[in-house]
Amino acid sequence: MRERTNILQNLDWVTIVLFLSLVLVGWVSIYAAVYSESHTSIFDLDMNYGKQLIWILTSLFLAIVIVVIDAKFYTTFSMLIYLIVMVMLVAVVLFGKEIAGSRSWFQIGSFSLQPSEFAKFATALALAKYISSRDINFMKFTSRITAGAIMLFPSVLILLQPDTGSALVFAAFTLVLFREGMSGNLLFVGVIVVILFILALLFNKFILIGILVINAGLILYLYGNLRKKWFLVVGVLLLTSAYVFSVDYAFENVLEPHQKKRINVLLGIEKDIHGAGYNVHQSKIAIGSGGFSGKGFLKGTQTKFDFVPEQSTDFIFCTIGEEWGFIGSFVVIALFVGLMARLVILAERQRSAFSRIYGYGVAAILFFHFIVNIGMTIGLFPVIGIPLPFISYGGSSLWGFTILLFIFLKLDSVRLDLL
Amino acid sequence: MKRNFAERKYIIIILFVFTGLVFLIRLFYLQVFDTSYILSAESNVLRQNTIYPNRGLIYDRNDKLLVYDEAAYDLLVIPGQVKTLDTVEFCNLLNITDSIFTLRMNKARKYSRYKPSTFVAQITKEEFGFIEEKLYKFPGFFVQSRSLRKYPYPIAAHMLGYIGEVNNRDIEASSYYRMGDYIGKSGLERFYEKELRGQKGVDVVLVDVHNREMGSYRGGRFDTVAEQGKNLYLSLDAELQAFGEELMQNKIGSIVAIDPRTGGILAFITSPVYDPNLLVGRVRGENFANLNKDTLKPLLNRAIMGTYPPGSTFKMVNALVGLQESVLGEYTSYSCSGPASKPIRCTHNHITPLQLQEAIEQSCNPYFWNVYRSVITNSKYGSVKEAYTAWRNHVISLGFGGRFNTDIPFELSGNIPEAAYYDKVYQEGHWNALTIRSLAIGQGEILITPLQLANLAVVIANKGFYYPPHLVHAIGTKDNIIGRFNEKKQSTINARHFNVVQEAMLEVFEGDHGTARWAKLEGVQICGKTGTVQNPHGKDHSMFIAFAPKDNPQIAMTVIVENSGYGSTWAAPIASLMVEKYLNDTISRPHVVKRMVEGNLISRN
Repeated sequence: MRERTNILQNLDWVTIVLFLSLVLVGWVSIYAAVYSESHTSIFDLDMNYGKQLIWILTSLFLAIVIVVIDAKFYTTFSMLIYLIVMVMLVAVVLFGKEIAGSRSWFQIGSFSLQPSEFAKFATALALAKYISSRDINFMKFTSRITAGAIMLFPSVLILLQPDTGSALVFAAFTLVLFREGMSGNLLFVGVIVVILFILALLFNKFILIGILVINAGLILYLYGNLRKKWFLVVGVLLLTSAYVFSVDYAFENVLEPHQKKRINVLLGIEKDIHGAGYNVHQSKIAIGSGGFSGKGFLKGTQTKFDFVPEQSTDFIFCTIGEEWGFIGSFVVIALFVGLMARLVILAERQRSAFSRIYGYGVAAILFFHFIVNIGMTIGLFPVIGIPLPFISYGGSSLWGFTILLFIFLKLDSVRLDLL
Repeated sequence: MKRNFAERKYIIIILFVFTGLVFLIRLFYLQVFDTSYILSAESNVLRQNTIYPNRGLIYDRNDKLLVYDEAAYDLLVIPGQVKTLDTVEFCNLLNITDSIFTLRMNKARKYSRYKPSTFVAQITKEEFGFIEEKLYKFPGFFVQSRSLRKYPYPIAAHMLGYIGEVNNRDIEASSYYRMGDYIGKSGLERFYEKELRGQKGVDVVLVDVHNREMGSYRGGRFDTVAEQGKNLYLSLDAELQAFGEELMQNKIGSIVAIDPRTGGILAFITSPVYDPNLLVGRVRGENFANLNKDTLKPLLNRAIMGTYPPGSTFKMVNALVGLQESVLGEYTSYSCSGPASKPIRCTHNHITPLQLQEAIEQSCNPYFWNVYRSVITNSKYGSVKEAYTAWRNHVISLGFGGRFNTDIPFELSGNIPEAAYYDKVYQEGHWNALTIRSLAIGQGEILITPLQLANLAVVIANKGFYYPPHLVHAIGTKDNIIGRFNEKKQSTINARHFNVVQEAMLEVFEGDHGTARWAKLEGVQICGKTGTVQNPHGKDHSMFIAFAPKDNPQIAMTVIVENSGYGSTWAAPIASLMVEKYLNDTISRPHVVKRMVEGNLISRN
């Protein structure tokens, strides 16, 4: 083992600068989103931007604590941390404060805490711990099942709150599994399932099956070596046909009405700019009206006059798009892509499997939030209420992402010590 | 062997970058390529508040205010802001039924949840007092101030006209109007709409998602100021009008009085009349429907839309044409065989033979048959047709057979048939003076409106010319006189021919046998002529034309009382009283007034 050197020197400052940039963009955007003539000071603690400043300062404090703690703490106690957070998730369903039909929050005085935000780093730790342990062979089926269970368990607990958006986030770890050797075919099948689901909602099912039959015929014709296994092709065909027919049933009976509506609106089946489609419609107007260079700081009429709901939390990207235009949107997207790519590069330079897997976990979680959150504000994804990391208003969310990121930065800083 | 999947890092990085690129392309499309979102954002936050100017005021010739605007209120609703409310209390407050409430609420919701719709329009100041006190209980409802027409004197409803909400045709015809605006629907309100309405102003304000006003847009750079409507100054005499309406109560008919020196209308009465305040505000619809159902047709302006054969009043016209065509002289005399006369019998008892002045005074039918025959058979013209056409041209020049086209909407033109009409009915060459003999005494196909007949009185008073009768004297300020009404219209009859007619008309009042001698006014020389118009549907229409004083005419008029019998019984005394009221401003014969006012000639069947 090497001598431990200066912590600050070993931290990846590229990531820290990206992190600080996003946090700053967030703070300024929240100020713009909730700005009112009567509270103009950005430090006003009555307003969300004032509170966000407290969350930022405490997050920085948390970051320092995380960096100061011995890295072995995270590897050693990862399972324990996971268990504690899972207990919190159970507790919140039982004792949490009900807000808008969901029990997602602990209320302690005026302070509230959302445990699902902490489940992300805890699950990343647990997954890293499990997959990296020497006594398991990830190639084995049972190992994969166990890994899947670690992922799914918090997701199921969060669904009980219920908070569908946060629950879906854990699907992001599929990307980690992919990196660790999960068959690409599984991802391929997953993508096909989603595409067929959408097509089945949009088009006549018989036409769709007709196209599938033609495809099967083409495959058999073009790939001669598959002809011997024709029953396999026919089996897949039958399976997909059955799936296509069950889509309607699943859509009607499994999804909640508001979820169905959001999907219908996204697919253009339903136009409802006053109801389910209102958020997205107004959000697109906000972003679209920003133009190339934006309306200018605090000049956004859509945001200033509250046309976009949830604009300091889930729809914060609207404020950026409206006031800073395409240039501002470009900068934020570049910051995110840069951060995620940097995380992959950092993950790949780890000597320990634990650190690498955890690093991919961080990148995957950020990616999921990034694609879903921005995707929904520009009308490419259905409305799923999850925050934009580091930017959206919210203490739990900022704390959760800061912990998630800085544990990895800590692990990275001692990468030469860890094996 | 454990495979290292490190190469998959590229796939993952490519996935990240690819996602970023897709987002950027989408953002480029939304923000740079598609500019419609900029408009959407503006329409979201910009609201144009219309500032309605007051309509112009209307004054009579003595500066009496006839029409003004009074503050009124529209109750608007923004459905998205309406909380659960006590419907019963709310409906009682507004005096509407539960089903109307539901209906209007649904209509408003359908229009927009976030934009205001009119819920109840035109609430008067008095009603608003009650509503205002309780309005705080009903969030989502608010008022916008509008104005209502008010008529301090309940007179001249038809002439003034009324205003109502624009319909689709109005909106298509002019881009000035928006749904819910008001427009003059009839009378002066309609004709002078452009002058009276003024110019709407606009305040462009920013609103938030709850449609709350957040301030002026760009410091009011796009705001325009509302411009007050222009005032109208009428030639009408409100007191004379009110007096005439009183005299005409419980009678069907009309009075038109004109100042012969200007063509300005002094009184414009049609009966039955209604209170113009009835057709204002929320009660308009119901009242309009009731008036519209009334079998007496109170909405009909008989002064311009009632057409009658002119009867004996037309004898002066034939006399004038005869004199002008030199087929009649002042001393030409014809004999009359009374009821035995052919082809037209006489209904009056008088000396025979008689000369022109006596014939007018006595309204002798055979005399005017002879006059008319000599006009139509005038050897100066090659044919009956040509002679008839010459006669017709004289008649037209006196103001008959067409519209004056001044400022009176819905004026009818009456009918003085063209020769071609008789060619069609009797075939060319198969008609002569005898065929159309009814025209000699103002019966037959000819139709006139009371306004045209009043204008005849003007022409006789002026000895040969008139100014087109009109209602409005000046616009904006009292001295801004409308020039185009000052165009003198000369008739084809020479001034000298009018002397004998005037003398005869004077005798109608002054003569021992004058048909209106009972209606004589001491101290004023009134010239008049009775008419009794045969009415195939019931009792004859009583008709009278008059002007006074003879040597300096200041008022010329027509009185028509339907189904009242002889002209001398009702129409002549009414005309006499009108002259007295206008010239002397006092009434010396209250018993006559009483008899006229109390006379009820309406039989509702």
